[in-house]
Amino acid sequence: MPELLPVPGGNSLRDAQRSGDPEAPCLLTARLRYTIGELSLAVDFSLRTRHAVLFGASGAGKSTVLRLLAGLQQPDSGCISSAGRLLTDTAARISVPPGRRGIGYLTQDPALFPHLTVEENVAYGLHTLPRHDRRTRLAALLDSFSLEDLRLRLPVRLSGGERQRVALARALAPRPSLLLLDEPFVALDAERREETAAALEHHLEVSQAMVLSVSHDVAEVYAKASATPLHVLLLEHGRIASEGDAATVLAHHRERLLRQLGASLDAAPARALGR
Amino acid sequence: MVALITIAGPAAATLRLPAWQVDGQALALTLELAAVTTVILIVIAVPLAAFLIFGHARLRPILEAAAMLPLVLPPTVLGFYLLVLLGPHTSVGRALIHLLGHPLAFSFAGLVVGSVLYSLPFALQPLTSGFAQLPVQLLETSTLLGAGPLRTLRRVVLPLAQRSLLASAVLSFTHTVGEFGVVLMLGGDIPGRTRTLSIALLDQVQDGRFTAANQTALLLLAGSALVLVLVYLVPRGGAFRASRLQAPSGLRSPDLTSPEQEKRQHA
Repeated sequence: MPELLPVPGGNSLRDAQRSGDPEAPCLLTARLRYTIGELSLAVDFSLRTRHAVLFGASGAGKSTVLRLLAGLQQPDSGCISSAGRLLTDTAARISVPPGRRGIGYLTQDPALFPHLTVEENVAYGLHTLPRHDRRTRLAALLDSFSLEDLRLRLPVRLSGGERQRVALARALAPRPSLLLLDEPFVALDAERREETAAALEHHLEVSQAMVLSVSHDVAEVYAKASATPLHVLLLEHGRIASEGDAATVLAHHRERLLRQLGASLDAAPARALGR
Repeated sequence: MVALITIAGPAAATLRLPAWQVDGQALALTLELAAVTTVILIVIAVPLAAFLIFGHARLRPILEAAAMLPLVLPPTVLGFYLLVLLGPHTSVGRALIHLLGHPLAFSFAGLVVGSVLYSLPFALQPLTSGFAQLPVQLLETSTLLGAGPLRTLRRVVLPLAQRSLLASAVLSFTHTVGEFGVVLMLGGDIPGRTRTLSIALLDQVQDGRFTAANQTALLLLAGSALVLVLVYLVPRGGAFRASRLQAPSGLRSPDLTSPEQEKRQHA
């Protein structure tokens, strides 16, 4: 498995992001076999772009793939390496604990610690830093996610959008090299979603972290692909059915969506006219 | 008016409270035993409960059964085995006698050992059920943010399970105050050393001192009831703010079982 060996060169992440060519080093490589209940996962992929989307219907195994990458679950067999670091190798009985993988993980549930204030939540993962560095980084995060005025609030007194911003700042605080997004903004209204996504984008410009997000929304993936080079993995019944750029991989889904839209556009006036 | 006073006179005399006849020494010893036992039990039960709930040990059913055994065992059986174990006929007992200079049985320290074992299920049960109710996502988030098991326990689990911790301490304390079989078997009935209030009550009844027995029984009843009322008075969302501060249910995943747990259940 030569692709799983650590990639030499410290700046591989940045280089790869700029070039995006097939010779660029892998940012994330995974070969996973995992069975749980009805779902049988067998996925292999190597990502070389800084933005990637795992696309699939619900139940395809998207969230499980992210949980395996984050180390919250152990694959039955397989290996994972991120930014040149081997994180999991079942054959060699290697499994880096979730907190040491350099991975940030965000779901629809912000899972804020209810007894800690906003700033205590954000600083939770910074306990290993010296006090001064911790303070500086905390201040920067509160600033970039517009949380300064809320710093002393408890999560119960925050709105849904504010909660997700806190969860995002908290996940980014330890400066992960890989950010896993399991549709964290799906419950927010369009305006809040855009705000939060913009704050995240701005932060990623600086941190250069890689982002693997999950989606079942063709329009969302197309919008993302128009803004940045995007690698799409199409997951169907626990297998990667195809992968590549959004236009190629999702062409079939896009056409179906357009057909549905067309049909409903035709049908709507008909219903309105009482035919 | 005069008639009223003459009628009230004898009534007041009969209402006069009898002298305080509770064994003060036994009361002090009981409170000391309960306090020491509670502290030791919390120190043991918190990590044990965390291990039972969050650990992946295969030993879990055996450990849980062993810890819960005193709940179904006649206290005299536990007392008897401890008496044998701590006596001079076993190597453990001989080692302890050598170390302490006296047998552990029939001493205050012996009572503590017996009480800790006997009340362990009462300390453990509220903690395991409290820990099991914590949202898995919070524990996973803590782990993802680089916290080890101890930091997660200190910063997330214990602050959010304060009520369980209080229940555990209160049950340990009251159960130790009320225990009888183990204390009698292991401690004998030595005034000032091993005679607790519940044993003093038996002595008082056997000696026909019913006023003293009545007072002792009433004191034990009132004390236990008062402590329980105090526990239930603590509002779920008052002093224990953590339970109040859970995010609204709509924002929490209704399924608190992680796929990993699910998988274990399938297996």
